Amino acid sequence: MTTLSAGKRLKSAVCSTEIMVIAAPDGDVEITCGGSPMGDGATNGGAVDPGHAEGTAIGKRYVNADGSLEVLCVKAGEGSLAADGDALAVKDAKKLPKTD
Amino acid sequence: MLLEMAADAFGDRVAFVDPVADSSITYAELLAAARTAAQAVHDSGAERLAMLDVSNLAIPVGLFAAGWADVPYVPLNYRLTEAEIDALLERITPAYLVTDLTHMTAFGDRQGVALTSRGDFLGMARGGGGDEDYRSMDPEAVGVLLFTSGTTGAPKAAVLRHKHLVSYIFNSVEFGAADEHDAALVCVPPYHVAGIGAVLSSVYSGRRVVQLANFSPEAWIEIARTEKITTAFVVPTMLARIVHALEGQESAHMPHLQSLSYGGGKMPLAVIERAMQLFSDTDFTNAYGLTETSSTITVLGPDEHRAAAGSEDEAVRRRLQSAGVPLPGIEIEVRNDEGKALPTGERGEIYVRGDQVSGEYEGRGSTVGADGWFPTRDAGYLDEEGYLFLEGRADDVIVRGGENMSPGEIEDVLLEHGAVEDAAVVGVPSVEWGEAVVSAVVLKATATQTELQDWVKQHLRSSRVPERIEFWQELPYNETGKLLRRVVKERLDSA
Repeated sequence: MTTLSAGKRLKSAVCSTEIMVIAAPDGDVEITCGGSPMGDGATNGGAVDPGHAEGTAIGKRYVNADGSLEVLCVKAGEGSLAADGDALAVKDAKKLPKTD
Repeated sequence: MLLEMAADAFGDRVAFVDPVADSSITYAELLAAARTAAQAVHDSGAERLAMLDVSNLAIPVGLFAAGWADVPYVPLNYRLTEAEIDALLERITPAYLVTDLTHMTAFGDRQGVALTSRGDFLGMARGGGGDEDYRSMDPEAVGVLLFTSGTTGAPKAAVLRHKHLVSYIFNSVEFGAADEHDAALVCVPPYHVAGIGAVLSSVYSGRRVVQLANFSPEAWIEIARTEKITTAFVVPTMLARIVHALEGQESAHMPHLQSLSYGGGKMPLAVIERAMQLFSDTDFTNAYGLTETSSTITVLGPDEHRAAAGSEDEAVRRRLQSAGVPLPGIEIEVRNDEGKALPTGERGEIYVRGDQVSGEYEGRGSTVGADGWFPTRDAGYLDEEGYLFLEGRADDVIVRGGENMSPGEIEDVLLEHGAVEDAAVVGVPSVEWGEAVVSAVVLKATATQTELQDWVKQHLRSSRVPERIEFWQELPYNETGKLLRRVVKERLDSA
């Protein structure tokens, strides 16, 4: 369990997924990828849990149910993301006018 | 990180094209070049990477290399005099300086300046394999140091940290949103915050960028057509010149141009209306932002442009002159001199709050309040629907006989007169009033001073009627389209 802050980067222990925290709730939260806790990049020698194997897509934002946690996938992988056991969902892309 | 993602997801796509040098670079090549250059910058012992050059491939390489080497990137204005540049360089040494301007090579002899030519820099960067080490970018580290234009004094160095720049990109761009055929034409100079924003947002969206080093309307039109440009950003004076160059034609004949955004100064109503006729299939967006806010904070989108242009309702039509509504993650408030929030419709100073707002200057610290709000020094008001209207700088307010008035309000009325092409209103010292309201006007048809004074009197309180109006051939603007009020003031004052 760790307290997260915006800008924090985490790596999957079981696949190539890397994320950056965009928004985090107060207090401790554990983010997992492929069923294993994410950290600073050390692999745990394990494999992606088949129950957490939907994969991550680069550039997609993932959020928890109440939207208090938002992360950005900066490197894709085979595992899927969860926070405190609940799967994170892909956030819909915004439609924005081009400004520059 | 932005570039790493782009190189990972669409590495083979062309990232930047320099038509003058007839060269280009892909996203994967750009990442490798930035990594290699970062090593050289790091080895040189420099604490800043300064770029004194027009748009070319070395610009994005330098910007990302600085981030990788963990030193601030400092783009310098090549239109300054040698003495002015010298004064800025002194403030950023020890620096690694890239320039290709032959008359600038004398800077290589300065203490603490390691000078490299553009050609050598690109050759070195593109010749290496790239450092593969994983480096975590510290969000708190300074990404860009940008000297403001300093129209009122010595240039201030605005500090933009990685967290501000990245936050701007995340708020305004969707990763990889560009189509493979999308191409952006970038003609703002690299030392302008819009130039930095254009590089970052194009990379994150995966767009091909075509660089136009020295703007001319003819070159812009030609490149837009031959390179099948889909998106572009211009400052108002550029759009005015493009529109002028297309005069007599019924259409701009740029079927690929999907979006054209503008900002960086006040857009004359006549120019945007004419542009919308010429580019009838193009989406127009007005973007308002400051250096200190990591570029754009409010936008007036394409639908609002069309709704305003076609409307009979005066309030809706006026919106064509609005800076629009805040981007996601941005809040806007208008406050009075005491810092109290003002109700809708009342004029005051614009305050902004959001993660992309820096408001920090080197050596002066942050000007952001404890409540997170940054005073922009721009004056304006919000209408009932939350649209922001700009009225020049808060410092430009004229105080006549104890009454505050904004020059923008009077200028707008003058510009609505059929004979007026352009107008500037300033306050000059007056024994009687403290400041007197005077104006310089550029005419497109005949009109007398009395006629224009009567016109203003019909629309505004009599205290706002300029007591003297001079007729000029043109008004002084800087190269990014900002009216040089100081110059107008001096000339009107000495008359």
